[in-house]
Amino acid sequence: MAGGGNGEVKLLGMWASPFVLRVRLALSLKGVSYEYVEEDLKSKSELLLKSNPVHTKVPVLIHNGKPVCESSVILQYIDEAFAGIGPSLLPADPHDRAVARFWAAYIDDKLLKASSQASSGKTEEEKAEGAKQAAAAVETLEGALKECSKGKPFFGGDSAGYVDLMLGGLLPWVHVGDAVKGVKTFDPATTPLLAAWADSFGALDAVEPVMPEVGKLVEFAMAMMSHAAAAAAATN
Amino acid sequence: MAGGGNGEVKLLGTWSSPFVLRVRLALSLKGVSYEYVEEDLKSKSQLLLESNPVYTKVPVLIHDGKPVCESLVILQYIDEAFAGIGPSLLPEDPHDRAVARFWAAYIDGTFLKASGQASSGKTEEEKAEGKKHAAAAVDNLEGALKECSKGKPFFGGDSPGYVDVVLGGVLVWLHAGDEMKGVKTFDPATTPLLAVWAESFDALDAVEAVMPDVSKLVEFAMAWIAQAAATAAAAAAATKGVFGSRTKWNGTEPFRV
Repeated sequence: MAGGGNGEVKLLGMWASPFVLRVRLALSLKGVSYEYVEEDLKSKSELLLKSNPVHTKVPVLIHNGKPVCESSVILQYIDEAFAGIGPSLLPADPHDRAVARFWAAYIDDKLLKASSQASSGKTEEEKAEGAKQAAAAVETLEGALKECSKGKPFFGGDSAGYVDLMLGGLLPWVHVGDAVKGVKTFDPATTPLLAAWADSFGALDAVEPVMPEVGKLVEFAMAMMSHAAAAAAATN
Repeated sequence: MAGGGNGEVKLLGTWSSPFVLRVRLALSLKGVSYEYVEEDLKSKSQLLLESNPVYTKVPVLIHDGKPVCESLVILQYIDEAFAGIGPSLLPEDPHDRAVARFWAAYIDGTFLKASGQASSGKTEEEKAEGKKHAAAAVDNLEGALKECSKGKPFFGGDSPGYVDVVLGGVLVWLHAGDEMKGVKTFDPATTPLLAVWAESFDALDAVEAVMPDVSKLVEFAMAWIAQAAATAAAAAAATKGVFGSRTKWNGTEPFRV
């Protein structure tokens, strides 16, 4: 069977997407080989439209022809379908698993939502509120890291796991935001554990080769912003 | 150990919350005994504040002293921690599990989000947009039920599972909304599978035992709407009082009610 012991694995993605990155990081950590397909989101492939008819978004993991959508769902799928290959992403104990799922949901529901409002809010007031909530979320995650890591480098303990991947996929974009705004989201002074975590995670062998270049992402972000500004000016 | 074979299980909740109801349904379906604690959300207990410091919301499941928060997380916890008791909530096959998780996320992230916008949108335009998206979501869920059930009554097949509970917790609120608006969210004409599913789900012994009365929810909703209208009217009156003859608030001056 093509792909070896793990069956045929294909990932539909886009190089700049943090959600796609989460999946690439998971596959890399577990040592699962796959075929990567770069999608042009302005001209989506037939395969993407067929595999994710509900959202028509990336990432989509296609394993032996069967699609799995939504990054958090894909990560849990990878953990279960490839349970025999590489390290586990979720802990074994049911309560620890619940804590991991809680923080994974928090990262999307609170941190990402607030960060999104901070950059794309309709008014300056909305943006400021988003920034405030994002900062509060980062502080809460510092506490989460303390609770989950129990003194080890990662949310998953000695090795990176589900929560590390959910947050880790966002890291390049966090670095972009920091570069553009001249700030430090994971400030060593206020969130020392997260600052150390970001360094440790970025340095992992399985992580470094998969991460997109921050310089390229900054270019991409600038292009997106000027495009959005042009579109706004055109409608005014 | 108190509580028997499943250890000590406590659920902090409110009778009207669909998210709490999901957990009660799951515990009922699995036959796990627990102590239910009704919270007053205007005066939250010390236990709630300690057990869910991040959100201070219900439901919170406390098992042998350890709290679990967020309804979807709790449901998966129940499935794993009480794996030996009663039926499984999630299917066994990894791909089927992924499909179930996808639809659970869809129910919260798309369907409920749109329904929320339909009722609480800031403008008539936002509300109409929400209503449109909610209707589209219901159509997608009809397709999901067809795909997941494979001809059986439930998303979980012969017996209800994770997705059935996630949608089922919301069902009694859909009934209340339908009654208040004179509509049918799961219209047998356009979504026949969901219409039948709702009846089948409601009729389950384990479900009947925990579902709140639709009429009580309608009362609750009416009271809530009246309270919100009164607060808005008071706010409008206060603004008028502060700014005298100015008939239009320009949206920048802060005011407090």
